Amino acid sequence: MSALKTLNGNQSIAEAVRQIDPDVLAAYPITPSTAIVETIAKFKADGMITGEFVCPESEHSAMSVCIGAASAGGRVMTATASQGLALMWEMLYIAAGLRLPIVAAIVNRSMSAPINIHGDHSDTMGARDSGWIQIYSENCQEAYDNFIQAFRIAEHLDVRTPVLVGLDGFIISHSMEVIQVEDDDEVKKFVGEYMPLYPLLDTSNKMTVGPIDFTDYYFEHKRSQLEGIENSPPVIEAVGKEFGQKFGREYGFFEEYRMDDAELCIVVMSSAAGTCKDAIDELRSEGKKVGLLKPRVFRPFPHKKIAEALKEMKAVAVLDRCSSPGAFGAPLFTEIRSGLYDYAERPRIVNYVYGLGGRDIKVEHFKEVASKLEKIAETGTVEEIYSYINLRE
Amino acid sequence: MRKETWKELTIGTINLDAGNSVKNLTGTWRSGKKPQFIEEHCIQCFFCWLYCPHFAILVEDGEVKGINYDYCTGCGMCSVECPTKEKAIVMVEEEAELAEGSGK
Ligand code: SF4
Ligand code: SF4
Repeated sequence: MSALKTLNGNQSIAEAVRQIDPDVLAAYPITPSTAIVETIAKFKADGMITGEFVCPESEHSAMSVCIGAASAGGRVMTATASQGLALMWEMLYIAAGLRLPIVAAIVNRSMSAPINIHGDHSDTMGARDSGWIQIYSENCQEAYDNFIQAFRIAEHLDVRTPVLVGLDGFIISHSMEVIQVEDDDEVKKFVGEYMPLYPLLDTSNKMTVGPIDFTDYYFEHKRSQLEGIENSPPVIEAVGKEFGQKFGREYGFFEEYRMDDAELCIVVMSSAAGTCKDAIDELRSEGKKVGLLKPRVFRPFPHKKIAEALKEMKAVAVLDRCSSPGAFGAPLFTEIRSGLYDYAERPRIVNYVYGLGGRDIKVEHFKEVASKLEKIAETGTVEEIYSYINLRE
Repeated sequence: MRKETWKELTIGTINLDAGNSVKNLTGTWRSGKKPQFIEEHCIQCFFCWLYCPHFAILVEDGEVKGINYDYCTGCGMCSVECPTKEKAIVMVEEEAELAEGSGK
């Protein structure tokens, strides 16, 4: 039965895992995602899931187990964070290259050094070219909903590409929230039966998985790999709609908050978008025409849709919870700015890096951003294209 | 051999023509030396068969019978591993054997 439950982000993911009950779960615990693995282990010990639960000696091995199990024909998942995701690195590319629909919950956490266990997006942003679809969550409810949808997206025959679902370390993973947990059977029905394409366990069909390619075939195989992620937008859209019809919470590529008559826009992903909504409400009550655009899908990046939503703004601030050393700007910013390039009339745009290593971002910070946007709209000039929020200068 | 376009490839690098490496005649780039089998010295220990990286040791009716030069790259491992006092596999110059026409 569908019910309201008080869960934190990690428990919300574990709850979805229990309901979906994948064939193989392989994970190595790492803060702040440990409780996902711990809860799954408890479900397994209590006989509440039937899938194989594998505890390998590292994240590299965890992803390797996932790749082996998915090649064998299983529905497979894992969970990790930060350095754990980094240790999976080479296997991430292999999972994507082999077009295996593995689903991973990534509890977003900063990258060392210095060592820090708190939330930012450096881990998954670093993996943005590994070929995985990336979906980000604002809160526990979205983490739960996104994780369920991830299987449908990954396993769709036009896609067959791994999907990671990001949720902010501690801010979501360890914060209790009342979420709507859907009925077990309804979730199972929504996710459906998994039909592997070329399972290695089908011994009647001999095949080779992952053979060596030299200059003669590598390029063609890489191009064919791109088809999966390029085919995914209509699938992501349809799954988000169907989820809405079935459970009442619809999802798209991004959420627009009070954007109808907005002239200024703040773009921010994940948990900070929740705080930003409060700031927008205050700004609106002060008569300021500020709206929020919260990207949900980062890979594939919805360039055109976001550009269409932003093209008439006077000024846009893109907030990244990640830096991109030596680049023109942080990842979200460069994607959006690039998407607007082809428009003759386009907004002034500015990039702020915020929240590294879990540094707070509060309503007052968003209001400061809004007042800077007002000035940019007024003068038509961006003085500093790239700067920081809540950093001691 | 015509090579497929990217659209014709099976998803995820999968090769449904498993075992198609038999079409790849690795003997065509042999090193210049080739192994010669001397049956009367052979004790049928199968070390050569075990070590050969190209499955180029010919086996018939459970016995080592010689070398399949279509695949032999001339690496010499079989000869090194052959344990008999008088080697049952010796490496010889390619040309000499070619002249006699026994193989590639
Ligand atoms: S020379 Fe090398 S490739 Fe040729 S038969 Fe001996 S071990 Fe095999
Ligand atoms: S290693 Fe030498 S003795 Fe042993 S089977 Fe091969 S050729 Fe014969």
